[in-house]
Amino acid sequence: MSGVSAAARPAIAHGMRLQWEPAQEAHVLLYPEGMVKLNGSAGAIMSRCDGVRTVADIVADLERTYGAADLTADVAAFVELALERRWLELRE
Amino acid sequence: MSVGSPPKMAPGVGPPLWLLLELTYRCPLHCVFCYNPTDFAAVGAELPASEWIRVLREARALGAVQLGLSGGEPLARDDLEPIVAEAHALGFYVNLITSGVGMTEERIGALKHAGLDHIQLSFQDSTRELNDFLSSTRTFELKAKVAELIRRYDYPMVLNVVLHRLNIDHVGEILAMAERMGAQYVELANTQYYGWAWLNRAHLLPSRAQLARAEEVTRAFRERLGAKMQIYFVVPDYFETRPKACMNGLGTVFLAIAPDGMALPCHAARMLPGLEFPNVREHDVRSIWYDSAAFNHFRGEAWMKEPCRSCPERQRDFGGCRCQAYLLTGDAANADPVCDLSPHHHLVTAAVAEAERGGAAGASALLFRDHRISIAVEPGRGAPSAR
Ligand code: SF4
Ligand code: SF4
Repeated sequence: MSGVSAAARPAIAHGMRLQWEPAQEAHVLLYPEGMVKLNGSAGAIMSRCDGVRTVADIVADLERTYGAADLTADVAAFVELALERRWLELRE
Repeated sequence: MSVGSPPKMAPGVGPPLWLLLELTYRCPLHCVFCYNPTDFAAVGAELPASEWIRVLREARALGAVQLGLSGGEPLARDDLEPIVAEAHALGFYVNLITSGVGMTEERIGALKHAGLDHIQLSFQDSTRELNDFLSSTRTFELKAKVAELIRRYDYPMVLNVVLHRLNIDHVGEILAMAERMGAQYVELANTQYYGWAWLNRAHLLPSRAQLARAEEVTRAFRERLGAKMQIYFVVPDYFETRPKACMNGLGTVFLAIAPDGMALPCHAARMLPGLEFPNVREHDVRSIWYDSAAFNHFRGEAWMKEPCRSCPERQRDFGGCRCQAYLLTGDAANADPVCDLSPHHHLVTAAVAEAERGGAAGASALLFRDHRISIAVEPGRGAPSAR
């Protein structure tokens, strides 16, 4: 459904850092002079984007962890958006 | 799907997510728009590294996560590296805001090793320096060298240039130079009129025509370079009819600590009269942020006067900038006069009209930020001519 292949390996973009912030009870993406507080599902996806796991691996892991089915489209849509915003980049 | 948002204050008072440490007011440069207080020479001794490190620990425990290290010139401190190392170990995202003066290969290596995340290189031109710079002399060489180090040490290249009447016509040259240096982000920040810029306002405020030309040049660069070099153009608020939501409201997300340890809700706020800003030498960061009278003063809306008090837009801009309200009207609780609903808006339009007529003609001399002048100037409002 989207331009992101299931075999792609997304990683946090160069110069950005993702970390869990207890004070905000959220994953927060940090970059030069800025930050974005992620919602629960965005945080769950981003925290699995390590440049090693493929989109398919991430989907499978999320479906297992949250007992959900059919997350492929949602994950692909988010990864695409995050690539557009340069939060993520793809590793070969 | 909605995936994220800039952090907003929760109901009640949220943590100081942004921490700015002004490590020193010492600086080898003499910028005419310097945002440091005009009486910086009277500010007391700088905190030692051990105190900065305690501040970092206390602020991080409250939830602070974005850290700016600035000054003055932060490289003027030879204990910058251990401060960065501690900040990194605590989990801060560490930004260094520097003119580049004092950066060497040895120091950038040490800073990288300590965990510095990002360097913002700013071009602090006095007019003299700008000329040097545009004619490829000393300053240009220095900046180019630092830019090269930034690239070599794998940092994103982020340039900041403060624009004003005396350099805004060179925006094309400035952007061309940024392109040559391989900048990924360029911030063209029009001067904000506090500190030295306030004293020099009659010299620095551009005309509308200058502004329009600069925006046009910027647009052409954007069109040609696209995402390769992102250019932010910050419009001077004197030309607007609504104020900026300064600091997202004082005391909501931003905490600055001045070189002497004074805690401020904005780095310019030291000038605000009637507020006793607490010092980290005497109080811990938690009690400063949550309990001090100075930090609570401009929270919420109780301090507001008309027209802000009953304005439907007060949740959007919080009445604008308190420092600007004070500098222009003498009362920090007034609406920011940039707002055209403010009864003082004519003070802003008068300054703009003066700039249209040619600006500094007949005004006092351009003041370069300088230790001796700092000793001589009165703290507080000073006086631009178009008051
Ligand atoms: S604005 Fe200029 S003079 Fe002021 S601290 Fe920065 S570099 Fe130094
Ligand atoms: S009157 Fe006050 S609150 Fe309303 S828009 Fe103007 S500055 Fe903002």
